[in-house]
Amino acid sequence: MLLGPALAFSALLFSIGVLGVLIRRNAIVLFMCIELMLNAVNLTFIALAQYHGVGGQLMVFFVMAVAAAEAAVGLAIILAVFRHTTSVDLKTNTLLQG
Amino acid sequence: MADTIFMALGTIAVLSAVFCVFQRNALAAAIWLVLTMLALAGMYLILGAPFIAAIQVLVYTGAIMVLFIFVIMLLHLGEGASDIRGPGAKAVGLVLSVGMGAFLLRLAGYDPALLAFELTGTTDLSPAAVFETAEVARQAAEGQGVIGAIAAPLFSTYLVPFEVTSLLLLTAIVGAVVLAKRRI
Repeated sequence: MLLGPALAFSALLFSIGVLGVLIRRNAIVLFMCIELMLNAVNLTFIALAQYHGVGGQLMVFFVMAVAAAEAAVGLAIILAVFRHTTSVDLKTNTLLQG
Repeated sequence: MADTIFMALGTIAVLSAVFCVFQRNALAAAIWLVLTMLALAGMYLILGAPFIAAIQVLVYTGAIMVLFIFVIMLLHLGEGASDIRGPGAKAVGLVLSVGMGAFLLRLAGYDPALLAFELTGTTDLSPAAVFETAEVARQAAEGQGVIGAIAAPLFSTYLVPFEVTSLLLLTAIVGAVVLAKRRI
């Protein structure tokens, strides 16, 4: 049920997340766009779990655990960078660009 | 009825995701993202995953987004110059993401019959015969309850990933504490 619409919404949300990662420079907003992409993939898992059993739902469970860990460590890194350079703008944080 | 609500929730999710991406204020972008995630929780409910919907509200909108908003307020990022890239990068980003979206939107044509055909290679079998695991899962959900049907494979088939996840969370806790120290 509703497989096509769910996959369509998932595709739209994923491309919007990609767009956000490409056009924003604020590291925190970039992070939020990555969360948006993870959510889009979760929607695909849930939509297909209707037909393939609960494996898809369990995968969403694991994705959420990994996303929580990623958010905690990533935001700690952003805080540490902010303390060092007083900015979260990726235009000014180019130390690793070579 | 459920279809209409699903479409409405999906539209809300997509629109607030667009607002999140184009919103200059980081805090407002976070609030729009919260709306997207709440709409997604409603969609999970309609797609027959009530436990995941509850976890979505608890973990994503409850824990992760609060962490984001906390950091945004801590760094005082409310107002300020726009952080959206210049017209060149904007054009490249739009072209890439619209192209990708158009490619992925072909998935909208999928229905159970097409999925069954791609899995088996014949149209002889009905979708219900191909996806018999779904029927087993539905019966398990009726017998053990929604949470029981998810918990049983979590602690048998998926036990190793489950334990590895706990290790990952422990590592994340230690990592966050070390990174948040004044001197690294």
